[in-house]
Amino acid sequence: MTCALVCASSDMKIQRSIKDARGESDLFRRRALVGFVLILLGLAALIGRYVYLQVSRHDEFVTRSTNNQVKPQAIPPSRGLIYDRSGVLLADNVPAFRLEVVPEQIKDMPALLAALGKVIPLGRDDLDAFNKQLRQSRRFESVPLKMHLTEDEIDRFAVNRWRFPGVDVVPYLTRHYPQGSLFAHVVGYVGRIDADDLNRLDPKRYQGTSHVGRSGIERSYEDVLHGTPGYELLEVNADGRTQRVLETHPPTPGRNLYLSLDVRLQKAAEAAFDGRPGAAVVIDPRNGQVLAMVSVPTFDPNLFVNGISQADYHSLTDDPDKPLYNRALRGVYPPGSTVKPFLALGGLEEGIRRPEDTVLSIGQFCLPGQKRCYRDDTRGGDGTVNMVRAIEKSTNTYFYKLALDMGIDRLSHWMSRFSFGSKTGIDLIGESEGILPSREWKAAHSRQPWYPGETVITGIGQGYWAVTPLQLAHAVATLAGHGVPYLPRLVMASKGVGEARRELLADPPGPSLISKPSEWEVINEGMRAVITGGTGKGLNDGFPYAIAGKSGTAERFSRTSDAYDTNKNKAYLASRHRAWFMGYAPADNPQIAAAVVLEAGAWGAKDAGPILRNIFDAWLAAHDGVIPDSQRLPTSSTAPLPPSPSPSPSPAPAAIRPDNGGVHATDAEDLPAQAASGALP
Amino acid sequence: MIATMYTRWRRFLRRIMTRPRIDLPLAVGLFVLAVIGLVTLYSAGDGHLALVGGQAARFVLGGALLLIVSRISPSVLRSWTPWLYAGSTALLVVVTILGEGRGSMRWLDLGVMRFQPSELLKLTMPMMVAWYLHPRQLPPGWKDIMMVGVLIAIPAGLIAEQPDLGTAVLVTAAGAFALFLSGMAWWRIGALLAAIGGMIPVGWHFLHQYQRDRVLTLLNPESDPLGNGWHIIQSQIAVGSGGVFGKGWLHSTQSRLDFLPEHTTDFIFAVFSEEFGLVGVCAVIALYAFIIGRCLWIAMEARDTYSRLLAGAIGMSFFVYVFVNGGMVAGMLPVVGVPMPLVSYGGTSAVSLLTGFGVLMSIHANRKTHI
Repeated sequence: MTCALVCASSDMKIQRSIKDARGESDLFRRRALVGFVLILLGLAALIGRYVYLQVSRHDEFVTRSTNNQVKPQAIPPSRGLIYDRSGVLLADNVPAFRLEVVPEQIKDMPALLAALGKVIPLGRDDLDAFNKQLRQSRRFESVPLKMHLTEDEIDRFAVNRWRFPGVDVVPYLTRHYPQGSLFAHVVGYVGRIDADDLNRLDPKRYQGTSHVGRSGIERSYEDVLHGTPGYELLEVNADGRTQRVLETHPPTPGRNLYLSLDVRLQKAAEAAFDGRPGAAVVIDPRNGQVLAMVSVPTFDPNLFVNGISQADYHSLTDDPDKPLYNRALRGVYPPGSTVKPFLALGGLEEGIRRPEDTVLSIGQFCLPGQKRCYRDDTRGGDGTVNMVRAIEKSTNTYFYKLALDMGIDRLSHWMSRFSFGSKTGIDLIGESEGILPSREWKAAHSRQPWYPGETVITGIGQGYWAVTPLQLAHAVATLAGHGVPYLPRLVMASKGVGEARRELLADPPGPSLISKPSEWEVINEGMRAVITGGTGKGLNDGFPYAIAGKSGTAERFSRTSDAYDTNKNKAYLASRHRAWFMGYAPADNPQIAAAVVLEAGAWGAKDAGPILRNIFDAWLAAHDGVIPDSQRLPTSSTAPLPPSPSPSPSPAPAAIRPDNGGVHATDAEDLPAQAASGALP
Repeated sequence: MIATMYTRWRRFLRRIMTRPRIDLPLAVGLFVLAVIGLVTLYSAGDGHLALVGGQAARFVLGGALLLIVSRISPSVLRSWTPWLYAGSTALLVVVTILGEGRGSMRWLDLGVMRFQPSELLKLTMPMMVAWYLHPRQLPPGWKDIMMVGVLIAIPAGLIAEQPDLGTAVLVTAAGAFALFLSGMAWWRIGALLAAIGGMIPVGWHFLHQYQRDRVLTLLNPESDPLGNGWHIIQSQIAVGSGGVFGKGWLHSTQSRLDFLPEHTTDFIFAVFSEEFGLVGVCAVIALYAFIIGRCLWIAMEARDTYSRLLAGAIGMSFFVYVFVNGGMVAGMLPVVGVPMPLVSYGGTSAVSLLTGFGVLMSIHANRKTHI
């Protein structure tokens, strides 16, 4: 054979010409035959396995296949209810009816939908959702077509039912918020589970559940409210239809929540805003419980439960006042003069000021060696002021100097202990952090170094400052509670079905921020003086307990001209200001603390102050006018202390004092002085 | 220039239409298989015609590619081979870098359709091995065997890394079959298999946890009846309850009641077995055996070494599909993502398989002329 020749020369260079074509072909033929035999053996082995399964073990698998006709099906738990502190229902489950279609039983779906649409009006949103779900479900599973049928619709369908085999009215539980828009921001709402939710939710826990918490308490306490689904074992026939229920394991309903909110305070606070955009947060300084949390304007959360219509949604998102925005939790505003009591306390704590130390206010304050000057609100200044007087008069010069003496590092470290610049830790998702001016914050956000002038304006709550109403309420509650920082809490207790109510214990508060009780007395005296003789004069009229407070009027824009000094048009000022008022009562034993911001308020005390007073009135009314463990004001001091130059008119609580239009002397609010270049006249 | 290219393209298309170079027995076998696939899919897919229509469209696309490739002569294919191999391997690298896919990175998003480059290797791998062995002295010595080993290991390693063990096995098998058919000495095959057997404990170390779980679950499916074992148990129940004659078309309960997962793709053969029983299984496996045999016959008739090895390797790797998928459905082999060829629902698999058969048609058309 030629092979002998070629194979011998194995070290020869391989060339096509010397390849033994015939030999290779024969070799291949043999290999292919061997390969085919091996393949046939492999396929025979495979068939052997199928013979084993389909003949030898056939009976066993037939039995198992029959047993397979028992299917587990999840039963969704009912969602926990939400109550206010006195048991008023804030979120309820109500029975409702929806229209469901079994696709398998419908021959011509478009014709059915057209005919059905004449009996029960079907919106485009309904049809879109239905078609989407139709594609994802099996033919014998019913698909909801329209949620929340009205009684009229149910009646009309009942009459026409014979025309629509495969369509049925099915009862279900839906979320309802009986208080409507009052708690829309804080309690939040639930919404239909969508594709994004499916990715993050545990599929086992959410089998059969259609809704999930979207915002507020509903979202933050989703785990507690949701509960655990149960299941039933269903016998299904060859078409997959349920024949009977073999076993039922009931679900564990979600736990009910009891909030510290008081519906009466909430109502009063919302009413006091009268639709003007703003926010208020009320906290019990003795334990951190949030008594009211209001953001105005608001919306009806019930719209979101069964899918909000495009038109409703756009009217909410297009509203310039942004009703969906929770101002109490997320809105950030410059705090203005409301930071002054906290700064004064810092001066005492750090040993930089004694209460009796005085500062001369001459109307402006200039940094040594600089031409830049910072103004007081009162032309010519407040004269010589000590700490109490400086808080009462909101004397800028006093706090400019204090901020400079303290330095920005000590100042921001002190302020951070009141949770400025960080989340307060309330049990709600989505809190803003705001901005606490500091060297570190500026380094992270700008290439510029920290300037001494920035320390100066930080002392009066201007500059980089940004705080949320919740932060300020937490800070004033901490102050009112003698410096003990309680975490703000909305949920007081929870209760499972058939269980005893379980109080959720608040985290133990941190140590008091105040080392000597006498320091607290000084600040309290200053804030009390604000009400008796300062900007908040008249706020206590007719209220049986002493209120302490502080106003703040923050500027939204820098001043560019002197027009500001002469233009006293209220609407003009309102467009430029944020009005704050914070306070607590009774001053000698604080039991309620609140912060109020009015976005378009001209002056803190005049515009935001009465809202705070309305909240306090509602709180007092909720306690039948008497607060235990507290001394009433002596009747003689019910009227404001110093006799006013103009005789005080009847002290209506809401209207503090008639707006005399002028901004002079003591009335001149603690206007933050922006850097006014050049000397004042 | 463009005009001449256009007229050439027209002429090419006309020749495909008027004088298709088709091996009739193979074409009939494939057609019958595709029809069985569509009929089973109609039942497994719960009567959704859209599913069947989509699969039919893929068969049409695959058939068109088959016709086009059948016109490309093996010598032209051979000259393209190194580039096709290098290109598809490069795409694998691209997929590793920027691919997307659930849990594993196999897919390349082309905007129009998603595309799995490892699918290309099922064809370019045996082409490359055949190209390498074509001019060499056969049977191959250790040096050539090592070279072929490297050619197989690079893309197979990349695919296994994705991780897609099923496709890695198929690609490796396609290359190895070409080597086997080239006449590699039996003692060398024995030595190599022994060496690979010795490597198994080392390979176990490199498997992903889910892959190990699948192998372990195979050994004891009842240990995990709701997790990995679910597939294996439900699939065996479906097959076993079918019996000798089956429950009849559209009467499988396992898939209709949603007990059997993946019942249109990897586990469609379980639905088939349940509905058509052992008789149906034997018929389909006989059909597969016929197709493989016909491929090997075409290979024997082929003109040169390249065509022989390529045709034989494509035919034999068809067996691996059937054996791995059939074994998986019957609980004999671990659950790996290998479809039942031309029966399972799935895009690129059907198209690439039919393209491979286009190569076979071309080899058949350019067979040895018996004088």
